[in-house]
Amino acid sequence: MVRLLLLAVVAVLAIAAPFYFYSVTLMTVMCFVIFACSFNLLLGYTGLLCFGHAMFFGGGAYITGQILKATPISTELAILGGGAAAGLLGLVIGYLTMRRQGIQFAMITLAFSQFIYFIFLQAPFTGGEDGMQAIPRNDLFGFVDITSNSTLYYVVLAITALCVFVYYRVVHSPYGEVLKAVRDNQPRVESLGFDPEKIKLVAFIISASMAGVAGGMKAVVYQFATLTDASWPISGEVILMTLLGGLGTLVGPVFGAAGIILLNDYLAGFGEWALVSQGVILLVVIVFFRRGIVGELSALVRYLRRRNRTEAPAAQPAAATSGH
Amino acid sequence: MFEGISTQLLFGQVLLGLINGSFYAMLSMGLAIIFGLMSVVNFTHGAQYMLGAFIAWLLLNYLGIGYWPSLVLAPVLVAISGMVLERLLLRPLQGLDHLYGLLATYAVALIVEGLVRYKYGSTGLPYDNPMPGGINLGFMFLPYYRLWVVVFSLVTCVGTWLLIEHTKLGAYLRAANEKPQIVEAFGINVPKMMTLTYGFGVGLAGLSGVLAAPIYQVSPSMGSSLMIVVFAVVVIGGMGSIVGAAITGYMLGLVEGLTKVFYPEAASVVIFMFMIISLYLRPAGIFADKESV
Repeated sequence: MVRLLLLAVVAVLAIAAPFYFYSVTLMTVMCFVIFACSFNLLLGYTGLLCFGHAMFFGGGAYITGQILKATPISTELAILGGGAAAGLLGLVIGYLTMRRQGIQFAMITLAFSQFIYFIFLQAPFTGGEDGMQAIPRNDLFGFVDITSNSTLYYVVLAITALCVFVYYRVVHSPYGEVLKAVRDNQPRVESLGFDPEKIKLVAFIISASMAGVAGGMKAVVYQFATLTDASWPISGEVILMTLLGGLGTLVGPVFGAAGIILLNDYLAGFGEWALVSQGVILLVVIVFFRRGIVGELSALVRYLRRRNRTEAPAAQPAAATSGH
Repeated sequence: MFEGISTQLLFGQVLLGLINGSFYAMLSMGLAIIFGLMSVVNFTHGAQYMLGAFIAWLLLNYLGIGYWPSLVLAPVLVAISGMVLERLLLRPLQGLDHLYGLLATYAVALIVEGLVRYKYGSTGLPYDNPMPGGINLGFMFLPYYRLWVVVFSLVTCVGTWLLIEHTKLGAYLRAANEKPQIVEAFGINVPKMMTLTYGFGVGLAGLSGVLAAPIYQVSPSMGSSLMIVVFAVVVIGGMGSIVGAAITGYMLGLVEGLTKVFYPEAASVVIFMFMIISLYLRPAGIFADKESV
């Protein structure tokens, strides 16, 4: 009941938000919410640290952009195309990368993303250093005009809601449970007759496609796609967002993405400080609160509830703390 | 055989490849040593390489200390800063999932690079060549400094290898890599060894930075892009293998140089292509003697 109420409040806030905030910033936040969710699915629920997730994000952006530029295909299909292409890339890279376990996975995915970056740099259709310019916003479903940002906002909102729902369903499905089991004890899962490699590969593909959708959506919002989207600092940023929000928490990525995008926005005028502050935040999160914002908050709530339950029969004043 | 390609170009690129290979070898050796003992993927490695070059530049421009003293001083300073980092940051994270060590060093790299960029801008700073001139070999011109870099890095790599394979200290190191608890039971201070090892690996990065300063310009981003290539090198060689890392480093430097001659478009990706092939054919790495960890 509380959940539904909360969901309704969030929905109202999200629908009303563009009247109070700059819609492009909000849409950027939503793109990164999807991106961070996709990353969380890997690191938080599968235990795989992919240090090259930007290749899927950037790949999705370029493919979506190219589809929109070259064909009259409607925007939502183009974004889907970007996601599918990123998923395909994920299949190939995941297949090769799963051969190494543990922490090496991070190094290999980083190297792969650099490889993809150089390919995008030289490929004829990406526009190289200049990026892909003037991506049109083709009509939604072939007849809804989305050239204005205020209309597009609701499209982006709908796609984000859909993606978060899919992410929620994956995490809470039986498959999601197996995923968490692989993270916690792979040999055990193997002994139960599952194939952990395959399970992880599927997670990698889902995650890559989601990242591709996020990138494709960003290309539609900004109407350009650049090499920055595929560069490794973006991979670092999504790690930061996920950790800041809370690893392996459902809504953590939302807070993390919003926080970092707003911070970047705020620090844009201060040059190098964006980099330094990202480093400092990451360091603080790693050293002091590894559960992230949402993780620490829910731990606090659990702690208070437990204290309430044990103290309630003895003393009445404990009820006062439950409000916190 | 290769008509249309001048020997000048060919040998020039071979030399350049060897030079790049020297840096790959020294950096990946340091990474492999640190990973071997501590299971930490040292993401700060590129920043520490950059710091080595920057310290040399600062020593020259503010204190008038030239290249040769810097070749000792800068790596030592980088090593000391690394040991402080290990004690303050990596030690507390030891018991946790390895990814925290990786992310912590990544965060430090961001901070260091950001601060240097803030203070000195992102354009490269020149560092004078301490050994101007060169000899004409007939088929190519060989600058003395480049020869020095190749020879010096070879000596460093062989020296490091001898240290690890043929001294008592190296034996402890290899043993602690396999079974830290047992080594500790023999009365060896493993945590202290970790600090020293990290300092040594990072010192190698600092040394490479000083070596690189007169060749490439000294710039805040000189480390980060190089580091990704070095990661690929380490992956190809096999994470645990220190010798493998060095050999792979030279080999891939050469391959990259030759690619620049025969198919320049692929030069920036050839190392990554090698990584893909090696992942497919030898998942554990070319020089790995055991299954991937």
